[in-house]
Amino acid sequence: MTHEKIIMPRRKFLTGAALGGGGLLLAGCDMLSENEGFRSVLRSGEALNKTAQRLLMDRSALAREFSAADISPTFKANGSISGATPEYAAHVADKFARWQLRINGMVQKPLNLHLEQLMAMPSREQITRHDCVEGWSAIGKWRGTPLGMLLKQAGLSTKARYIVFHCADQWGPGVPYYESIDLVDAFHPQTILAWGMNGTQLPVRHGAPLRLRVERQLGYKHAKYVMRIEATDDLKKFYRGNGGYWEDAHDYDWYAGI
Amino acid sequence: MEAANLKPGDLIKRHRLSTRVWHWINALALLVLLMSGLMIFNAHSRLYWGQYGANDDSAWLVIDDSGDTGFVELAGVRVETTGWLGIWADAEGEVKRRAFPYWVTIPSGYDLQVARRWHFTFAWILSLGLAFYMLRSFWNGHVRGDLHIRKWEWSPRHIWHDIKDHARLRFPTGAEAKDYNILQKISYIGVIFILLPLMIFTGLTMSPAINAAWPWLLDIFGGRQSARSIHFICAFALAAFFFVHMMMVVLAGPINEVRSMITGKYRLPGKVAAPEPVAIEGEPA
Repeated sequence: MTHEKIIMPRRKFLTGAALGGGGLLLAGCDMLSENEGFRSVLRSGEALNKTAQRLLMDRSALAREFSAADISPTFKANGSISGATPEYAAHVADKFARWQLRINGMVQKPLNLHLEQLMAMPSREQITRHDCVEGWSAIGKWRGTPLGMLLKQAGLSTKARYIVFHCADQWGPGVPYYESIDLVDAFHPQTILAWGMNGTQLPVRHGAPLRLRVERQLGYKHAKYVMRIEATDDLKKFYRGNGGYWEDAHDYDWYAGI
Repeated sequence: MEAANLKPGDLIKRHRLSTRVWHWINALALLVLLMSGLMIFNAHSRLYWGQYGANDDSAWLVIDDSGDTGFVELAGVRVETTGWLGIWADAEGEVKRRAFPYWVTIPSGYDLQVARRWHFTFAWILSLGLAFYMLRSFWNGHVRGDLHIRKWEWSPRHIWHDIKDHARLRFPTGAEAKDYNILQKISYIGVIFILLPLMIFTGLTMSPAINAAWPWLLDIFGGRQSARSIHFICAFALAAFFFVHMMMVVLAGPINEVRSMITGKYRLPGKVAAPEPVAIEGEPA
């Protein structure tokens, strides 16, 4: 079939739209969507949602934990399915034996931790639901090191307000993935750096060797391929200043609780 | 004016200010929410039942394309929808492989983040508007006086009679047209107290943060993906209400009906009785 058939209804519609107000409404909404002033009005909804949700819930309210029977048969691998750098490929080749997580920035005692060291520390296991901003959900079992515990070990500065995650995956050449959360989520008991998934070591397509789980927010906050964790007082210092790759590139909400 | 004295042609006060203000705010909010919601749906055009659901899980509704064919698959039955759903051409004639076409989405091009911003901003307008309107309507007697379904109205014979009248497009006239009929009451109660609250609560159930705050929402709706499905079904029920509502306004006299929702004044429909002939004195009868 040619595309002619597909195009026909469009012409029919355009004739109708030109006569009716539908076209005007659409054009109006599109114009508003691109208007900087109106965009900032819509954006204030993000602050309102964050404030309302934080007011509504206990700081440490837990995301639901499911039973083993609820685990998705296939956990969809979305976004990057591998790290992009030659260093990352080398780490995969030797099974992350020489890989180290670095924790630095506004901390008193920067840490370098081998995967083995992380895995020997106290860990938390949780069966939780992963919600993509697109609308789908998958349930998986995660095991990992509580982030709050590591930050305490590193001696987080009292001036630090955010935790930034630097990742090995890239979107386009030289555009690394990164994400950030505030201290409410960083010290939440379910916020872990997962190295295990569904009873095995975290697979590469799901972010090996380490993926952030921040269970009360949407999927794009759950940074994969975490290489370095940096404490900071200001997100403006990083890349385009919005606190994450999707926030910089596509104006996604930094607070992704909804 | 006593109801008994009302006759066709009389101009009466029909809608309260609170009803009129809420009606138009709500109409705008619902339109924006529906259209931005369809754009959000385009990001993942599959619906599931249960706690989880993604591409490899079985979906009860799929809108997609294969090759040059767009289709809707409902409970395993596939209907071709090329040009309308799944695959269509945009205003520039460019072929797009998305579920809902550009002319029903806000924004018209694919932009998940902008659609989410429209949706969540207008969700506040819808929710706060509905909450105020509900409180006001209980307070000012709108619920008790106008929407409350009396015992006698529940009789199956009465309801059947009303359905037949609607089907024959025979609408009440004179004093009878002053009050909502049983089908109107059922649909308005259904929208205000069932569909709109369901939309709001299933919407909240899709938020991972709200799930942590109010985990009972997951139990009520049977999971995030079930809530997403119910959200979609209720949206289409509201769209269906809108079309029937428009049809009824047009059939019942659009100018009079729309005016009553703007100024509050409503002219009772029906044939206005001709003035009785008056005998003039002196003339032969």
